[in-house]
Amino acid sequence: MTGRPPPRRRGWSWRSQAFRGLVYQVLAAAVIGLALWFLAHNTVENMRARGIQSGFGFLLQPAGFDIGESVIPYDALEQNWKAFLVGVLNTLRVAVVGIVMATLLGTLLGIGRFSRNAIVRGLCYGYVELFRNIPVLLQLLVWYLFFTDVLPPISEPLSVGGAFFLSKAGFSFPVPVWGLGQALAAAGAALCVPIAWAYRRWAIRQFELTAKARSTFWAPIAIVIAGSFAGWIAGGAPTAWNYPVAGAFTMEGGASATPEFLGVLLGLVLYTAAFIAEVVRAGIASVAHGQVEAAGSLGLSRGQTMRLVILPQALRVIIPPMTSQYLNLTKNSSLAVAIGYPDVVSIATTALNNTGRAVECIAIIMLVYLITSLSTAGFMNWYNARAAIKER
Amino acid sequence: MASVFQPIPPRPAPVRTTGYVAWARANLFGDWRSTTTTIVLALVALWLLPGMAQWAIFQAVFHPSLESCQAARGTGACWAVVAEKYRYIILGRYPYDEQWRPVVATLLLMGLLGVSCTRRFWRPWLVPLWIAVLAGYFVLMAGGVLGLSKVTTDLWGGLPLTIMLATLGIVLAFPLAVLVALGRRSKLPAIRTMCIVYVELVRGVPLISVLFMASFLFPLFMPVGKSPDVLLRVLVGITLFAAAYLAESVRGGLQAVPKGQVEAAATLGLTYWQTQRKIVLPQALAMVVPAVMNNFIAIFKDTSLVTIVSLYELTGSLGLALNADADWRPYKLEGYFFIAAIYFAFCFAMSRYSLWIEKQVSVSRTR
Repeated sequence: MTGRPPPRRRGWSWRSQAFRGLVYQVLAAAVIGLALWFLAHNTVENMRARGIQSGFGFLLQPAGFDIGESVIPYDALEQNWKAFLVGVLNTLRVAVVGIVMATLLGTLLGIGRFSRNAIVRGLCYGYVELFRNIPVLLQLLVWYLFFTDVLPPISEPLSVGGAFFLSKAGFSFPVPVWGLGQALAAAGAALCVPIAWAYRRWAIRQFELTAKARSTFWAPIAIVIAGSFAGWIAGGAPTAWNYPVAGAFTMEGGASATPEFLGVLLGLVLYTAAFIAEVVRAGIASVAHGQVEAAGSLGLSRGQTMRLVILPQALRVIIPPMTSQYLNLTKNSSLAVAIGYPDVVSIATTALNNTGRAVECIAIIMLVYLITSLSTAGFMNWYNARAAIKER
Repeated sequence: MASVFQPIPPRPAPVRTTGYVAWARANLFGDWRSTTTTIVLALVALWLLPGMAQWAIFQAVFHPSLESCQAARGTGACWAVVAEKYRYIILGRYPYDEQWRPVVATLLLMGLLGVSCTRRFWRPWLVPLWIAVLAGYFVLMAGGVLGLSKVTTDLWGGLPLTIMLATLGIVLAFPLAVLVALGRRSKLPAIRTMCIVYVELVRGVPLISVLFMASFLFPLFMPVGKSPDVLLRVLVGITLFAAAYLAESVRGGLQAVPKGQVEAAATLGLTYWQTQRKIVLPQALAMVVPAVMNNFIAIFKDTSLVTIVSLYELTGSLGLALNADADWRPYKLEGYFFIAAIYFAFCFAMSRYSLWIEKQVSVSRTR
């Protein structure tokens, strides 16, 4: 015979934990709510007293300022929202290129800490300690000064093979002339990506069924390259390149990166790579040494051990801190405002000075970074779930 | 037949595994790849180092003379710019005759930091000492009492400002961070939600937008006609920003405390706050020392950003010292290297200290 549970006392007693919890929550919510109301009320009062207009209507007015570099066509007569779009695209451009380069450099440096060669180990250690102990803003300023002050003027640029030029005007490099052949090559590559993916799926399934290993990395890449090559041949195999030529005041032709972009990029990449190197080193160090010995006893080479045994296990440890480094790089790209690279912060401050809409402009900055941060974090969480250990 | 004793030849001495030669054989010339790397790197060093040494030391100008700097332009560094401008770079726009005050105040603050970092002085009287030293710092810097002339905060600058912003940012952010971390793990949904929103919101935006907010929006937030000092606004911004990052580090430690500890505390009849203060936090904070020290280093480096909202700490005061002076402006790179060395010294010292303190707090776990 089971006894009935004792009747729950429902008294609004101070001794009841639930009741106290409720009171605390109501109190906390009231304090926060009052504080927010106080701030909002003051803001409205202040704006009325100072005659500041508010609202996002200014986004539709003409911007009235030029922007140094832009990935989409833009001039000063365009509306403010277009200027903000240019800024967002510039931020994303430097962040994406920076993340890719910092990951490559940081991974190399992190693996270098385990080199058998003492000089390589020492250099990697020295790099990490030097670059992560100096503020990133200072590094950006130094690189910008290097590009605008130390490099030779545009009339006598440093040149590699007459194709790559480095001068105060930035870095210029040749690009292929865009034509039918290039378009077909891109189309061929795009067409072959699903084929390569399907082949990879099939190869993995065959391996699981028959234990006969097929290439799951190089063969799909070869398929994509072959598709691209076929498109290029079909388009008449064009080989024309657009070379940069030193003009009187600017580099003509080719493609170029401005000193502002290079300064931001180099500063962010070198700084973040130091942190990524530490993340990679910690990840590799977290793999138990018995794993390496077991791989050795199976006869795997050093490279195979790294690729097949250590890295897949280290990746689980590496991904979460790597995500926060990517987010840090994206957020640090806001320092571009200090050297005049037109990222979203610098566009917003220009618009703020022009229109006086401080609340709106700062809200836009925060919103842009919040969205970027949350979506990057979302993507990396998805990837993390894929790489996470599969247990029962 | 008498067999004659024939000694077998002696075995060769074992290969030495200690000493410089053995170390070099293992670490520099282990196999052909390692040997090649060593040789290539040595050649690169031979190619680069003499030029760098020439520029930085042998051809460099050390005594403050503009003519020799201009003569050495392109071949040697002009460290003379540091010798000429060091007071402006380190102390900013603080009135020249009163500059002993920031020096004394900063030495006091650094002495306090040194004392707080030493195990022997971890005693309760450290708290009143902190209050006294901070009060002394602000009296010395601001003046207006004790016969010291008044110096407004917009004239403060350089290293004293950097150290003060970092110290106060850390000291104010840490208690807030512990509260937020506890709140984020609280069972009360309203409090948990507020803490999550605060942490994720702040961690999602760059510090510079928080500083812009402190600079442009805080004046609007206050009652009409009242606007706090810009230094105070920036300090509030840095504190709120740093607290969100610190809170995440602390939360990592809270999560690592085994549940049995809290349950045991409940069995003993400890209240929530007693449990946190006596059982959970001591274990959690000991575990997160490396992460928290990294946060502290990040705060120190982040103070360089206040130069963007017109507070001239170390980075900003270098710009002030050189931008207006057409003669010395070409040697800004050397100036940057000088302040980079200062930042490096502070951050490196902090990371070394972090290793030491990690060893101290893990004593309880090592047997």
